[in-house]
Amino acid sequence: MTSAILVSIFMTLVAASTPILLAALGELVTEKAGVLNLGVEGMMLCGAVAGFAIAFSTGNTGLGLLAAIVAGVATAMIFAVLTLSLTANQVATGLALTIFGIGASSLIGAGFVGRTIMRLGPVFPAALSEHPLLRAVFGHDIVVYLSLALVLGVSLFLRKTRAGLILRAVGENDASAHAIGYPVIAIRYGAIAFGGALAGLGGAYFSLALTPMWADRLTAGRGWIALALVVFAAWRPGRLLLGAYLFGAVMTLELQAKAAGVTWLAPEILAMAPYLATIAVLTMMSLGRRTGRLDAPACLGKPFSAS
Amino acid sequence: MLEWRRRREPSTAMLWLSPLIAIALTMLLGMIVFTAMGYDGFHAVESIFLTPFLEPQRWADLGVKAAPLVMIALGLAIGFRANVWNIGAEGQYIMGAIAGTGVALATHGMTGWWILPAMALAGILGGMAWAAVPAFLRVRLQVSEILTSLMLTYVAVQGLYYLVRGPWKDPDGFNFPQTKMFSADQTLPAMMEGSLVHLGIPAALLIAVVAWLLMEKTTAGYAVKVVGLAPAAARHGGFSADKVTWATLLASGGLAGLAGLFEAAGPFGQLTPQFPVGYGFTAIIVAFLGRLNPLGIVFGGVVLAATYVGGEIAQTTVRLPQAATGMFQALLLFMLLATDVLVKYRVAWRSKALP
Repeated sequence: MTSAILVSIFMTLVAASTPILLAALGELVTEKAGVLNLGVEGMMLCGAVAGFAIAFSTGNTGLGLLAAIVAGVATAMIFAVLTLSLTANQVATGLALTIFGIGASSLIGAGFVGRTIMRLGPVFPAALSEHPLLRAVFGHDIVVYLSLALVLGVSLFLRKTRAGLILRAVGENDASAHAIGYPVIAIRYGAIAFGGALAGLGGAYFSLALTPMWADRLTAGRGWIALALVVFAAWRPGRLLLGAYLFGAVMTLELQAKAAGVTWLAPEILAMAPYLATIAVLTMMSLGRRTGRLDAPACLGKPFSAS
Repeated sequence: MLEWRRRREPSTAMLWLSPLIAIALTMLLGMIVFTAMGYDGFHAVESIFLTPFLEPQRWADLGVKAAPLVMIALGLAIGFRANVWNIGAEGQYIMGAIAGTGVALATHGMTGWWILPAMALAGILGGMAWAAVPAFLRVRLQVSEILTSLMLTYVAVQGLYYLVRGPWKDPDGFNFPQTKMFSADQTLPAMMEGSLVHLGIPAALLIAVVAWLLMEKTTAGYAVKVVGLAPAAARHGGFSADKVTWATLLASGGLAGLAGLFEAAGPFGQLTPQFPVGYGFTAIIVAFLGRLNPLGIVFGGVVLAATYVGGEIAQTTVRLPQAATGMFQALLLFMLLATDVLVKYRVAWRSKALP
């Protein structure tokens, strides 16, 4: 196999990994603050459809990405109001958010089915981005570089900054954080908004870069895989990057097998791979752990009220 | 200024009123949202929430759609009570249909009263088997059943596609991806001549009554509730959380599987790629609307069935897209979760006299 083909496979792998990396990174921050938002899939779909709608009607992909972030945050705020201000059950509300995202995106996207737009292009000039080998480094679009920078940023934020420490304190012991005087609810609102922004952006990566078009349920369960990835990464951004690219590899394998005309394995069986891999990974994580819990933030999923 | 005051005890009145308030709010909000989107919002809401109940010719369809929703939701609600979050009922529903169809294809050309019960049994076992995986992983390895049950739904959907496009494709079906049509002995008998009403409707009602008796009148039902509300107390009381997890997942999987088989052997009469319509997910809303109470769920099932039946009516009356049904269902769940606050809190005016 020549190196040019390897580079081409690598490009597919990066593209497949980026949306789940973004969505999972956002959820990681949300969960670090003690909130379990199961609505990632719903927020991704809202981001995907908003991004496509704006990019299609303005012809500007950058505006599309921006719209996706706004849509992701707006969707996340529904979750935040219900769980934080009205103390609704987080699991049920997260499920509701996903059901809402599927319905809303399908409703808004109905007018855009079958339309196409200009795919999100590479950042660097053609001399670098179309070079058969150098494009492995320089051939990606802005979102890919942004996602990598965000991994670094979130990692530093959580470990090295005071604000990051407070966020973790809120997730580990909300009652103590409140007693010391930190605004638990406000911090959780912020963490949920960040999760929504990245989920929206991840969703838009499907509709603006990967396909690039709109179809119902475009994200095909990737939001749920992102949730599993956070567990796999043991709530650490570095491991999240590794995990996302591992999943990207599994999905690329599926695409490559289809492209190579593998006939002894039905395409439907290949399409099961990412979902079975998720179950396998979750199982292995549990087998491999030594302590009693999976390093999850202690207050994950528990409601908090100051009174 | 308005403020929330925590009630000393949860309000029983609000416990049952809040679903009704949620339905009213959903109708109001739906009217506003769809008017803002350029549709006839008033008639959209009328078509979805009123017409299915007001026109007697719709009642059969209402029952046919409510039956699988009620059956699945009954199982899910028992699990939710015990904090077991099976959200993969859609997958168990599909696996039930696949297992039952396997029996139908194996008995093709045979006749006998025993064929349909055998298919139903296979359906229950198929759904149970699919739910046993998350149960095993949660009990033995503490893997979240939320993620595994959902992942298995995607696997089940692909499995269905594989079977109807591959080994199970009807050789006389003009290359359409679908199985052979079931024979008379393999389909649910119609309850009334010339109508869609099938055995699934009385079955769902019967199961609701059994589930109610089980939850309210037996130790097993009590164990489920204690494990959900107070895990530590359950341990002291000698109730095994592991057994409850197994039992609730197998029960909900079996019921979803039976619902899937009834749908395949009833309205569909074969398996096609269009078989999964999301009943497994909508049933989650039904369970919450019914307040996780088996008899409440019968009411919830009828309301959610109306959104399907009414959604189809609204497609012709006000040209509402099919996706609007999903939106109304999601709005309803949001409103249910929001009005839940009324059970625990009450609204009060903050006066300056009080500290």
